[in-house]
Amino acid sequence: MRTFGIILLGLLGAAALVVYSAAYIVTQTEQAIVLRFGAPQDVKNEYKLDAEGKIVNGAGLYFKVPFIETVDYFDKRILDLDTSPQEVIASDQKRLVVDAFARYRITDPLEFYKTVRSEVIARQRLNDLMGAAIRAALGGATFQDVVRDRRDELMIQIRDRVNGEATKLGINVVDVRIKRADLPEENSEAIFGRMTTERQQEAAEIRARGNEAANRIRATADREATVIKAEATKTSELLRGEGDAERNKIFADAFNKDPDFFAFYRSMQAYEKGLASSDTRLVISPNSQFFQYFGNANGKPANAGQ
Amino acid sequence: MPWNNQNGGGGWKSGGGGGNGGGGGPWGQGPWGGGGQSGGGGGGGQQPDLEEILKRSQDRMKQAMGSGSPGPVVLFLAAIAAVAVLGWYLFTFTVKPDELGVVMRFGQFERQVGPGLNFKYPYPVEQVLLPKVTRENSIQIGMRSLTGGRAGTSVSVRDIPEESLMLTGDENIIDVDFVVFWRINVGTPDEATGQTAVEQFLFNIQNPESTVKVVAESAMREVVGQSDLQPILTADRQKVEQQVREVMQKTLDSYGSGIRITQVQLQKVDPPGKVIGAFRDVQAARADQSRIKNEAQAYANRVVPEARGDAERILQRAEAYKEQTVQEATGQAARFEKVFEEYAKAPEVTRKRMFLETMERVFSGTDKVILDSSGGGQGVVPYLPLNELQKPRANTSAGVQ
Repeated sequence: MRTFGIILLGLLGAAALVVYSAAYIVTQTEQAIVLRFGAPQDVKNEYKLDAEGKIVNGAGLYFKVPFIETVDYFDKRILDLDTSPQEVIASDQKRLVVDAFARYRITDPLEFYKTVRSEVIARQRLNDLMGAAIRAALGGATFQDVVRDRRDELMIQIRDRVNGEATKLGINVVDVRIKRADLPEENSEAIFGRMTTERQQEAAEIRARGNEAANRIRATADREATVIKAEATKTSELLRGEGDAERNKIFADAFNKDPDFFAFYRSMQAYEKGLASSDTRLVISPNSQFFQYFGNANGKPANAGQ
Repeated sequence: MPWNNQNGGGGWKSGGGGGNGGGGGPWGQGPWGGGGQSGGGGGGGQQPDLEEILKRSQDRMKQAMGSGSPGPVVLFLAAIAAVAVLGWYLFTFTVKPDELGVVMRFGQFERQVGPGLNFKYPYPVEQVLLPKVTRENSIQIGMRSLTGGRAGTSVSVRDIPEESLMLTGDENIIDVDFVVFWRINVGTPDEATGQTAVEQFLFNIQNPESTVKVVAESAMREVVGQSDLQPILTADRQKVEQQVREVMQKTLDSYGSGIRITQVQLQKVDPPGKVIGAFRDVQAARADQSRIKNEAQAYANRVVPEARGDAERILQRAEAYKEQTVQEATGQAARFEKVFEEYAKAPEVTRKRMFLETMERVFSGTDKVILDSSGGGQGVVPYLPLNELQKPRANTSAGVQ
C-alpha cells in the first residue's frame, strides 16, 4: 500500500514533468523556433501580414515533443539599432560626422536563426551594413543635400540599401533616420569663427546705422530750427518795415499841412535835443536874432543897424 | 525552461505583486517565499506570510490534539481558509488608477480591464500587464536636470553638447535644448492593424523610451536643418516645436508604437557658447542704436521748439517795434498838429515865442563864448584849445558810462 502510493506519486511527478516539458507559451511579442537537436522543426507566431496588412497573431499555448525538442525565442517587436558615428565625405568634399539609427524587425526567424542566431550579432552585422549604406548613399550627395534638402530621400535610400542585405539575415529594417549630421570638430571651429565675424559685421553695421540715423535726426532738427528762425526774421523785418512806412506816412500827413512851420518846429526840437548837453560850447556872435535886443532896446536887428 | 522568458521584458508583471487591497494583504510577499520565522503574536500591523499562518494553524492543531480530541471541524475550517486565501491570491489582481490592466491568456491579448479589483485565471494560463496609461513621460534632450539634495529641491542643469549642437540650413551651428512629453495613446483601435494603442505600445516596439529619444533628436535636427539660424533664434520657436512634434508623431505612427507626443517644448535656443559673445554684442549694438537715435531725437525735440520760441520772440519784438514806431509817430504827429493848430491862430507871435523859449533852454545848459566881431574885435584871435575841449567831454562821457 505504501509502495503503491510512492509509485503513484512518482508516476504523477513524471507525468507533470512531461507536460511541463511539452507545453510552451509563445507571447505576442515573441516568435519561436522549435528545434530538434538543434535542427529547426517548426516556427510559431512568426512575423506575417495578412491580406489587409495586419500583423498575424499566432501567440498561444503550444506543445512539442518533450526533452527532444527545444524552443528558441526571438523578439517580434521593432528593435533598436543605434549605429556608431561615421565620418562621411560628401560629394562636394565636405566632411560630415553622421550618426544614424535604425529600427528593424526579425521577419524570418528561421533565416535569422541560421545566419546570426542572436540579436547581439545581428546588431553588429547591421551596424556594418548601415555604415556601408550611409557612406554609399551620402557619398553621392552634397553637404546641403544631407543637412537640408534631401534628408528624407537619403534616409529612405539608406534603408533600402541596408534592406537589400538584411533580408538575407531574416531582418527587415523598418526605418533609418539620420540622428546627427554634423561637421567634424575642426570644421566646427571654422564655422564658429565665421559666425563670430558675421555677428561683428552685423553689430558694426547696426551701430553705424544708429549713428547715421542720429546724425540725420540732428541735422534735420538743426535745419528746421534755422529755417524757423529765418522765417521769423523775415516776417519781423517785414513788420518793422511796415512800422517805419506807417510812421513816415503819419509824419508826412501831419507835416504836409505847413512844411515851413514843420521845418521851424522840427529845427527847434533838434536844437534842443542836439545842443542840450552841458559839454556843448558855443562861440556865438551877438548878431543872431536871439540877440535882437542885446544892447538895443528898440529891437532893431543888429545887422540892420549897420 | 519554456517559462523562463515569460517574466522578461518591460512591463511584464505577475498578478499579485504590489499592494492588494483588503483581504489580500497578508499575501503580498508571495506564498512560497517565506523565511523560517516562526510563530507568534504579530500585531495587527504586521503581515505574516503563508508559511507562518500554516505553522500557526499547525501549532493550534497540536494544541488541540494535546488538549484532547483533534476536532475534525477545526481541521476542515483551516483547510477551507487556506484554500480561500490561496484562491484569492491566484485569481485576483488590482489595477491602480493610473494603470490599465491588459490580460494575456497564454501570451495572447485577451481583454483590457480598468482600475480596481479584477479576476483572472492563475499563472500560467493568464498573466497581466499593467502599463501606466495616464502618466505623461518626459525626455530631456540636450541637457539633463539633476535633482540634488535628499529632498530633490535643488535642480542643476547639465548641458550635453553632442545632443544639443546642431547645424542649421545656412551652415551655422545652434545650441538647442528641448523636452518631449509623451504618453501611451488612448482611444479607438488603429484601422490598419486592428490593435488598440495600448496593444501597439506593449507588443510592437521593444524600447519605447529610447525610441522616442532618438526619434526626437533626429526630428529636431531635420527641422532645424531646414531652417536658417536667425528665425529659429527669434520668431520661429513655436513653428519648430510644432514641426518637430509632427515629424515625431509621423515616425512613431509608422512604427505602430501607440505613442502620442503631447508636446515638444524648446527650452534653450542659443548660439553656441563660443560665439554667444558676438551675438550678445549684436544685441548690445541694437541697444546702442536705439540709444543714439533716442539721444538725437531728444536733441531734435529740444532744438526745434527752442527755435520756435526764438522765432516767436523775434516776431513779437518786430510787432512791438512796429506798434511802438506807429504809436510814437502818431503821437508826435498829433503833438505837431496840436501845436500847429495854435500856431495857425497867431503864427508870428508863436513862432517868435517858440524860438526864444528853445534858445533859452539851449543856451542855459551850455558854455557860451560871445564874440562881437563887428565892434573892433579884430584883435581877438579865435583860438580853440581842442585838447582842453576834449578833456571834459571825455570825462563826462566816462561819467555817463
